[in-house]
Amino acid sequence: MTRHVVATVDQVPPGQRLLVTVAGREIGIFNIDGEFFAVGNRCPHNGASLCKGRIVGLVEASQPGSYQFSRKGEFLRCPWHGWEFDLRTGKSWCEPDRTKVRSYELKVEAGETLVEGDLRAETFPVSVEKEYVVLEL
Amino acid sequence: MQDPQAAGPSIGLQNAIDCDLHPAVPSMAVLLPYLDEYWREMVSVRALDRLNLSLTSYPQNAPLSCRPDWMPADGTKAGASLAMMQRHVIDRYKLRFGILNCLYGAQVFHSEDMAAAFCRATNDWIRDEWLGRDARLRASIVIPAHNTELAVQEIERRANDFRFVQVLMLVSGEVTLGRRQLWPIYRLAEQLKLPIGIHAGSAYRYAPTAVGWPSYYVEDYIAQSAAFENQLQSMISEGVFAKFPDLKVVAIESGLTWLSGFIWRADKTWKGVRAEVPWVTRAPSEILRDHVRLTAQPIDAADEREAILRLVDHLKSDRLFLFSTDYPHWQFDEDNALPAGLPDALARNILFDNALATYPRLSKADQPMEVAR
Repeated sequence: MTRHVVATVDQVPPGQRLLVTVAGREIGIFNIDGEFFAVGNRCPHNGASLCKGRIVGLVEASQPGSYQFSRKGEFLRCPWHGWEFDLRTGKSWCEPDRTKVRSYELKVEAGETLVEGDLRAETFPVSVEKEYVVLEL
Repeated sequence: MQDPQAAGPSIGLQNAIDCDLHPAVPSMAVLLPYLDEYWREMVSVRALDRLNLSLTSYPQNAPLSCRPDWMPADGTKAGASLAMMQRHVIDRYKLRFGILNCLYGAQVFHSEDMAAAFCRATNDWIRDEWLGRDARLRASIVIPAHNTELAVQEIERRANDFRFVQVLMLVSGEVTLGRRQLWPIYRLAEQLKLPIGIHAGSAYRYAPTAVGWPSYYVEDYIAQSAAFENQLQSMISEGVFAKFPDLKVVAIESGLTWLSGFIWRADKTWKGVRAEVPWVTRAPSEILRDHVRLTAQPIDAADEREAILRLVDHLKSDRLFLFSTDYPHWQFDEDNALPAGLPDALARNILFDNALATYPRLSKADQPMEVAR
C-alpha cells in the first residue's frame, strides 16, 4: 500500500468534488459535510465517467406517494444511465451486492505529520500549515 | 347421440382448470329479469334490445372470435350455449373448474349508472344460468370499472358467493390501471382474495393503439399486447403492488411472447429512474413474478412449447402461466390447447396448481355459501 496525497482539504469544499489521477487511475474525491470519500471514475455498468455525474440524495418511500428524502449529497448518479451509487460504500442502489464502483480509503492528515512520513505527493509539495487528503492505494 | 368429438383427446387435460371461457349474453332479453323497472322500461323505450352489445374488440364474425367447428349452426352467438361449451370443452377435457369471463357491452356503457345496472344483471344471469347449472363453473365479476364506487358495490354484492373468483377489467378502459382512483377496487379485491383479471379488449374511449386510430382489425388485435405492457407498467410504477402486497393480477388473452422484451426494458430503465417511483424497490420483473399471472392462450409463437420454456427460463418461474382454452375464440385446433412435450412438472403447474394458487376462492367454493347480497 502506498499513501498518496491527492488534495488539500480546502480544494474540495463540502458538496464539491475533485477528479485526480493516482498511479494512472482516475479517482473522484468527494466532500460530504467535511467527510471525504473517493470512488473510481468508471461506472461498473458501461464505463461512463461516473464522477462527472450529479450528486444527489437518497429517495425512499414507505408507500406510494410518500417521498422520504435523506442523505442529501451522499449519492452519485451516473451521467449516462442514471444508476445511483452510495459515495460512502461504492454500492449501487439497485444491485448493491452485484454492482459497485471501486471505493478508496481516504484520510485527512496535517501537513506536519506528512512531511516526515512515507507519503507520495504526486501533484504538489506539502507544507506544514495545511491539511491534506491522503489516499491509500 | 354420441358427439363425434366426444372420444376425447389423448393429452392429459383431465381435471385441468380452464381460466378463460367466454359465455355470451345471447340477447338482452335474458338480462331483463335482473333489471329494475326503470331500466326495463329504458330498454324498451330506448330500443336498447335492438343493439348487438358484443364488444367491438371481438367482432362476432371475425374468424378469431369463434373456432369454426364451435360455431352454432343456428346463427346464435358463439358461447351462448352452456350445452355446447360443455360438449366442446368442459366435458370433453373433463375440466375440474372453468372460469367464465363474460365479455359484454355492459362494462363499457358510457353512462356509469347504466353500466352498473347491466353489470349487475350480467353477473346475476351468469350466477343463475351458468354457475347454477354446472358446478364446475366459476366466474369473474363484471364491473363498471369507470366508476370506482359502483364497481366496489358490485364486488361487495358478490363477496360471499365464492363461485365468483375474480374481478374482470378490460385492458383498455378509461384510465391507466395503476391510478389511485381505482385503488378501492384493488383494496377490496385483495381483501376478498379476488385476483384482478385484465382481459384483452377496449372500451374505445381512446384509440386502441398508442399512435392513433387503426384502419383494420388486425392492427387493433396486434396492439393488445402493447396495452398489456402499458397497464402492467402503470400498476408497477404507480405502486399498486407496494400498496396491496397480496394482490394478484391475471393477464387474460394477452399473448405471451411480448413478455421477454417488456421485462428487459422495464428492469433496465427502472435502474436509472427508480428515484421517480421510490416505492418500486425491486426490479419490475421481480414484482411481476410475485403478482402477475398470464393465461396461456394465445401464446403467439412459432414454436409454442419452446416459447413457454424460454419464458419460464427468462422470468425464472414456472408458476406464472395458467391453462386456458379461450373458448370459443379460435386459438388452437383439435385438442391442442396446451403445447405438447412440456416437462411434466411444468405442465402440471400450468394445468392445475398455478390456478389453485392464483384463485384462492376456487377451493372455497365447495363449502356452503351464503346467499349473495
